[in-house]
Amino acid sequence: MSAKKATVVRPYGDTTGDGMVQVSFTLPVPHSKRAEGAAAQLAEKMGISPALVVHSKPMGPDFTFFVVYGPVHHLVDLSAVHVVEREYPLLSAKEVNAAVKSRLRRKLVVVGACIGTDAHTVGIDAILNIKGFAGEKGLEYYREVRVVNLGAQVLVPDLVERARAEKADAVLVSQVVTQKDAHLHNSREMSAAFREAYPAGKRPLLVVGGPRFAEGAAADLGVDRVFGKGTTPGEVASYLVHALLPAPAPAEAARTTGRKSA
Amino acid sequence: MPRSSAPTTLRLDPVVVRKARSLARRAGAPVVKLARTHTTVSVERATLRLAGLAGADVERVPWVNHLVDAVRAGAGLEHGVALPVWDALLRGEADDLLTLAQKAAAGSVTFRVPEGRDAVRAAKAARASVSTGIRRVDASRTTRERLVKRLGDPAQRPWIYLIVATGDIYEDIPQAQNAAREGADVIAVIRSTGQSLLDYVPEGATREGYAGTYATQENFRLMRAALDDVSKELGRYVRLTNYASGLCMPEIAALAGLERLDMMLNDSMYGILFRDINPVRTFVDQRFSRQVHARAGIIINTGEDNYLTTADAVDAAHTVTVSQLLNEYFAKEAGLQDWQLGLGHAFEINPELPDSFRLELAHALLARTLFPDAPLKWMPPTKHMTGDVFRGYLLDGFFNLAGAMTGQGILLVGMMTEAVVTPWLSDRDLALQNVRYVLNAASGLTEDFRPPPDGFIQTRARQVLSEAVDLLERVVDDTLLEAIADGTFGLMKRPATAGKGLDGVVKRAAGYLNPAVDLLEEGATR
Repeated sequence: MSAKKATVVRPYGDTTGDGMVQVSFTLPVPHSKRAEGAAAQLAEKMGISPALVVHSKPMGPDFTFFVVYGPVHHLVDLSAVHVVEREYPLLSAKEVNAAVKSRLRRKLVVVGACIGTDAHTVGIDAILNIKGFAGEKGLEYYREVRVVNLGAQVLVPDLVERARAEKADAVLVSQVVTQKDAHLHNSREMSAAFREAYPAGKRPLLVVGGPRFAEGAAADLGVDRVFGKGTTPGEVASYLVHALLPAPAPAEAARTTGRKSA
Repeated sequence: MPRSSAPTTLRLDPVVVRKARSLARRAGAPVVKLARTHTTVSVERATLRLAGLAGADVERVPWVNHLVDAVRAGAGLEHGVALPVWDALLRGEADDLLTLAQKAAAGSVTFRVPEGRDAVRAAKAARASVSTGIRRVDASRTTRERLVKRLGDPAQRPWIYLIVATGDIYEDIPQAQNAAREGADVIAVIRSTGQSLLDYVPEGATREGYAGTYATQENFRLMRAALDDVSKELGRYVRLTNYASGLCMPEIAALAGLERLDMMLNDSMYGILFRDINPVRTFVDQRFSRQVHARAGIIINTGEDNYLTTADAVDAAHTVTVSQLLNEYFAKEAGLQDWQLGLGHAFEINPELPDSFRLELAHALLARTLFPDAPLKWMPPTKHMTGDVFRGYLLDGFFNLAGAMTGQGILLVGMMTEAVVTPWLSDRDLALQNVRYVLNAASGLTEDFRPPPDGFIQTRARQVLSEAVDLLERVVDDTLLEAIADGTFGLMKRPATAGKGLDGVVKRAAGYLNPAVDLLEEGATR
């Protein structure tokens, strides 16, 4: 963007600077004049002034749905907008397959498991099973990824053994149970076992996930990446490509340069 | 269910249609034979549930699991659970099933497979006990028929099918009742993520599920009672749906029959392909569960929509037809009638594609014409819902229009906020307005809509059917189990020797006895 261009913006309806927005919401109030007044007041408090309640409709005896139009007076200074970028680009299944095919020239092997006494395979299945999660297919759906899902209550030595036998490129471990910090303890035990079993720099990529993990805890747990609540299979697949198969082409490399994970 | 107003506008070659059905039968027959010669831990547990064994220990392990595991360890399951269990009761090991299960869990019962007169006596006692459950299933069906007669079916077709899924049964209940008041004819309670892979049915009323609510007998009972209340209030019988799928399919089917659920999702291959459940386990469990559904007057909903969420909806259109034909064969073999076959299909063609709506009409009409007496389940777009709620609302409108024009039986209401949030109150209200507007404005179009014999729609429908026949021929040559192992369906390779739940499959011995299977196959009550 050129430095000369105005960096302060407001919403655009049909005229520059008119600030027009449109919102819809429901209030737990029976449909009435008072309900419309409440909607207008809420909109004013949100900074929409004057607020135009263009539509109100009863939804059952106790609720009313509103559509409101009006200008907001807030300004956004684009130069003061900061965004946290994901350290890897989000790829489609097709792009993941293409990257594996061209850069690895064999299938990418992923071994997944719930370790310890944890029997909650919800997380690992959401990422690995073709059924997937949040409308995204799991890693099994990726033609160039071979998935070995060991299921629940897998012992760490068995996991290491199997990862070796399958020549795993990445090991995914899911932990849902957090009693007495079992998830942290198990993850550390797992990463230590892989450190022992493999020569330095040769071990598979270690990824742990679960609803109670802090995403910044990778180093502390001795793993490469931690995924928290709401992670989708596509994010995991994109990360695997990013971490295991850095793009060689300069055009693509530009996007990922300097962000390769440690 | 009233006879559908199926349009007879699509001209399919009756020879090709007959060929498709006969190929489906040839593909399915070896699998039925497999199902007749095997049993599973879940089939045996369902049998015990029909005999009245319920509840769980303090660690929430159901007593049916304890008892089946103990019998398996002591006497094997090759002869079924019935003979060893009722033999133990007759020998005085315990006074009733529950006590026997408790003692067996503690390891203080020895089981054996009785022979001679002992076997005859055990078989007789088992049949008497299991038949009480079958008669309860029959009574539930009679109650449903009475309520439908008194309160009536929905005034319009398709029936409007809405989903609730809070994870907490006590939140689900008011939501379901509100949805019914807003116009829903069928309420589906989505199960907690991952329940399909649990090898036991949880117990009691549950309040903590992931993206859905656990299917339990108590949750079934609570929701059915709540819908009975709202049915009386509205003067129309509101139906309840759940999922007979996953590792406990037979048990869930039995519980659904006992607690008067009205529809069950029950697909012949979904668990194999999308959940990596062992194929043999699935087919054995499925046959039993469909026999229960047939008896209970439950309408099954099959899951063909899933094929289109993984594969392209145009390229893979014929896989839907193949799956519908297989589902029909397996269903009828298990005793289900046409009115119980909610065969699935979906509106999932990329809207950017030229003529996408015409293609959708062709596919929907093909299903309608192939299965004129089945209440087809029409599933809304999900794959091409982007988060642009305005565009999504339009797409759902076209989905509703295709449903109205092609006389679909059960319409799952699409949400503009698909892929954004679990539906808000206002989303559901707007979605139902969309459905009502389209049905009100256009459902009469089934009368006027006559695509020309050699036009785009008829040609496309014939093409899909012929591709389906080609695929069925390959499946017959290869055998269905091999085809599944090779990745013919949904690109997933699922060999018969792998997958979850394989260790729960047992080959039946010559003297295998299962009174539930006998009662269901004979249509007997005692």
